[in-house]
Amino acid sequence: MRDVNLKPITALGLDLPQVVTLGRWTLTERTDVALASLAVRRGRLADVQALASAAGLPLPPAAMSEQGAVYAAFWVTPEMWFVEAPFASHEDIRRHLLAAFGEAASITEQTDAWVRFDLVGPGLAQVLERLSNFDLAAAPSGTATRTVLEHLGCYLIKRSETLVSLYGPRSSAQSLHHAWVVAAQSVL
Amino acid sequence: MTQSNRIAGGQIDRSQTFRFHFDGLPYLGHPGDTLASALLANGVRLMGRSFKYHRPRGPISAGSEEPNALVELRSGARQEPNTRATVAELFDGLTAQSQNRWPSLKFDALSINDRLNSFFTAGFYYKTFMWPASFWEKVYEPIIRRAAGLGSLTKLEDPDEYDKGFLHCDILIIGAGPAGLSAALTAGRSGARVILADEDFRMGGRLNAETFALGDQSGADWALAALAELASLPNVRLLNRTTVVGAFDHGIYGAVERVSDHLPVPLAGKPRQTFWRIYSKRAILAGGAIERPIAFENNDRPGIMLAGSLRAYANRWGVAVGDRTAVFTNNDDGLRTAVDLQAKGVDVVAVIDSRENSELLPGIRHLRGAEVTNSAGRLGLSQITVRMADGRTETLKVNALGVSGGWNPNVNITSHHRSRPVWREDIAAFVPGSGEIANLLVAGAAAGSLSTHGALVTGDEMARKALEGLGISAISAKLPKAEDAPVRIKAFWHVEGASRAWIDQQNDVTVKDIKLAHQENFTSVEHLKRYTTLGMATDQGKTGNVLGLAVMAELTGKSIPDTGTTVYRPPYTPVALGALAGRGRGHEFKPFRLTPSHKWAEEQGAVFVEVGYWLRTQWVAKAGETEWRQSVDREVLATRKSVGICDVTTLGKIDIQGTDAGAFLDKVYANTFSTLAVGKCRYGLMLREDGIVFDDGTTARMGPNEYVMTTTTANAVTVFRHLEYCRQVLWPDMDVQIISTTEAWAQFSVAGPNARNLLAKVVDQDISDAAFPYMGAGNITVGGLRARLFRISFSGELAFEIAVPTRYGDAMIRKLMEAGAEFDAVVYGTEALGVMRVEKGHVAGNELNGTSTALNMGLGKMVSRKKDSIGMLLSQRDGMTQADGLRLVGVKPANPAEALKAGSHFLKTGAAATAQNDEGWLTSLVYSPHLGHHIALGYLKNGASRIGEKMRAVNLLAGTDTEVEIVSPHFIDPEGERLRA
Repeated sequence: MRDVNLKPITALGLDLPQVVTLGRWTLTERTDVALASLAVRRGRLADVQALASAAGLPLPPAAMSEQGAVYAAFWVTPEMWFVEAPFASHEDIRRHLLAAFGEAASITEQTDAWVRFDLVGPGLAQVLERLSNFDLAAAPSGTATRTVLEHLGCYLIKRSETLVSLYGPRSSAQSLHHAWVVAAQSVL
Repeated sequence: MTQSNRIAGGQIDRSQTFRFHFDGLPYLGHPGDTLASALLANGVRLMGRSFKYHRPRGPISAGSEEPNALVELRSGARQEPNTRATVAELFDGLTAQSQNRWPSLKFDALSINDRLNSFFTAGFYYKTFMWPASFWEKVYEPIIRRAAGLGSLTKLEDPDEYDKGFLHCDILIIGAGPAGLSAALTAGRSGARVILADEDFRMGGRLNAETFALGDQSGADWALAALAELASLPNVRLLNRTTVVGAFDHGIYGAVERVSDHLPVPLAGKPRQTFWRIYSKRAILAGGAIERPIAFENNDRPGIMLAGSLRAYANRWGVAVGDRTAVFTNNDDGLRTAVDLQAKGVDVVAVIDSRENSELLPGIRHLRGAEVTNSAGRLGLSQITVRMADGRTETLKVNALGVSGGWNPNVNITSHHRSRPVWREDIAAFVPGSGEIANLLVAGAAAGSLSTHGALVTGDEMARKALEGLGISAISAKLPKAEDAPVRIKAFWHVEGASRAWIDQQNDVTVKDIKLAHQENFTSVEHLKRYTTLGMATDQGKTGNVLGLAVMAELTGKSIPDTGTTVYRPPYTPVALGALAGRGRGHEFKPFRLTPSHKWAEEQGAVFVEVGYWLRTQWVAKAGETEWRQSVDREVLATRKSVGICDVTTLGKIDIQGTDAGAFLDKVYANTFSTLAVGKCRYGLMLREDGIVFDDGTTARMGPNEYVMTTTTANAVTVFRHLEYCRQVLWPDMDVQIISTTEAWAQFSVAGPNARNLLAKVVDQDISDAAFPYMGAGNITVGGLRARLFRISFSGELAFEIAVPTRYGDAMIRKLMEAGAEFDAVVYGTEALGVMRVEKGHVAGNELNGTSTALNMGLGKMVSRKKDSIGMLLSQRDGMTQADGLRLVGVKPANPAEALKAGSHFLKTGAAATAQNDEGWLTSLVYSPHLGHHIALGYLKNGASRIGEKMRAVNLLAGTDTEVEIVSPHFIDPEGERLRA
């Protein structure tokens, strides 16, 4: 093995994840979560459900997310989920999932396809209503949805009344971050 | 200046005084004032000049329907033209200027137009400026353009920010007068999510302008109490200063919130305005009614206004517009103005009532069966002429006149989906027609219930109806006792006279203009509007339209509804373009996509080019390089000599898995992929259904059921969308799963004779030609980190593309440059990339132009006929397969010292430069530093058979005509020895 030690940077181009506090809201870039897509091969839903259960991997219903002991998952389209896991232990998340699901599912690493921002604080809908047409206030906790922010296709997961995860295209992390900061300042 | 016309009462805060300027003169006002109310309080009636005749004008209303009192608000970059003084909220330090006058408001040179009015009748510009025709562009149009318009633009950039946003509710209530408040109380108490929006800064609607009691409270106090209760409900959102401007599809309404317009400068970080898109399940329009005037000669003088507005200024703002006032009315509501003003101590000289049998007002000179026939006063009203019932005329010295021709329910928004209003004879007005806007209900005066009691009751009723539709149990408010006077009106539209009587004051449309339109057969309501300009411009005919229709009805002998109806369109009131744009302007016009090497490239001083949202390195200038070509030539030569590195992350990458993945690719690609061996790549050509080339790229087989497709940067999204369509719609039974991985991997092309030597220092595996041959692909590791390697070449050199997870991309480019130092490695940008692909004869966007076939590109053999694929059949149709059709060729100047010009067309030597002689065109042009002259690719008729032929490349726009030689498109290494090295 070559003595090549590549040092990662965050989607915002920094050495460490950025945390920004604006009034009652905090915006944190999360680099500690590995992500993969898991799509059921044709006719293998029952197998996938059984294997997921054995692996402790939740498969939430449409438009929902669910946290397991190690894995979390959110629904993205029929018979397809995004699976989250701790980056430290599951950086090569595809390898872990292939071991669990074999040929029953198609699995693709998605960790660095996305930037994840966690938005924490009360009344997040006030900020989000300037960015997306997703009705955050009416959505129950656990809701996961695809929406558009700043012209970009994103996923939003309402984990609780005071915590929302935003997955957006990694290459546009700075634009998304800027849009959020500007929207929050509009409200404050 | 003192507030000479300020009287007692009103909902202004007299404990604070604001200083403001109009046309450079200082005035005083109070919080709660509008610019118009404050100017009127200071005795200023003259606020503007009319559009065409430059007649002196003052406000005729106290609301957003105002056609006259338009000013330029603020100064410098924040100056805003055509702002209605009647809704401009006063703030300390406000400055405003009158507009459409020169040199001053009191003396306007263009008021000469008024004396020449016989030349400026409706449609004058259709009949004049006709001869000589050559004068139009150079003489007439510039004059007309200079004269047209009202306010002026500063042409300075707007320094403020605007937001856009999305709101959701069960019930949107438009208007916070008695009907809107009643509806909001019922809906809010019942637990529905309610948005109550009102354009005014003080909610309450006419309750703030009237003296009626609601129960044991004044109307204004009841409104305050209702608003306090609504504000305490977590399910109710109150949006004052918010105008709902349009009804769109699926219960979506547009609304402009004027967040900071009442402040001198927006607070830091705050927008000036926010444009809301409101998603509602139900909507209740409670927009009230708008009073209309009666037309009579010279009815446009400052001091003449709508009677309801005259009393609104007195009751809400504590302003008597004049100290000697008269009222001209055809209905009982006009009488209220006289009563209220007299109660305020204003001298009410007379009430001129066009009805003969109305109930006599006690204590006021009530002239029944009378008409106002004319007015006088140079810059404002000083007297009116009244024709009594018996025919006598009398002149009355007055400086304020309230006119009431009745009230028009505010049907505007109900028309936005083309629903026609319906005429109601009993109130002499249009009411909303049966709604074409789904789930929109109408309450209060907007629905024709013109009493306060009617407003409260219908507001409650409509809220209950909306709640029922939503399955929410209604909890109604106990409604207070309120006035319930019937509408007593006798329709009366205009007083006959010889001179001009104004109908639409903003556009200077008079009764005479309507008569002229009728005389010239422009009787249809749509023609009437366009011929006379009735109802155009900022007020959209809110006060004039029905009056104009009524006059036309009289002339045609038809009823008003038979004459026609106006269909209002959004927006209800003017919307600033900034509000529509939101944050999307300048640097924030669109998001950017940054490549994994962006940070490093910025440090190197790279020049970036926008490719869609991407910012790609175009070239990286080194010290001493002053021209872009120097940098690009160096990057090309260094790459061909040793090794160059290019960030190619932007190419689309699509992960395709499933047991049918190979068969799926056989269908979407023109060539075959199911036979591709694991660990190999293949160039693929994708056609549209019509046989035209859609996209190209290489696809690698990473496992038995796993492929990675690459697309062009431009088509990354469209190809993915196309594949999703194919997978979900065309062949849903195939076992295929796809997902984009474009951003997941930082991918770098490493090209040049030393590419392998460089990479061998970085990767953990053997990548010799034997171990990793041309078109090889596989998962490798870089210092143990998972990575991918593809042996593919766009430059024609020995080349690889190496990919690592994106977060390591920055480190990877640094590592490659460090490892490449001994080989003098360079980074090359998109310009050098383009030069090398033309040198190699590879097609790109200029050739994949949406009209070219595989045959045109010289790739006809790639379209396999052994299998069915999208576009295969139609690529073989007549006209697509001519032997002498366009073919991709290389082009070089016959004299290498001569430059070629992009966009040139091919012509035979001696042929005239006409379209008939056009033989094709030059698609891509570069300077090849390797060859030392310009080279190009192009499409040429029968091109494959014309290698070696001399032709001309002619560009008529640039004025160039260059002799060229047609050559093979492969300028470098036509046998491919380099890339297989």
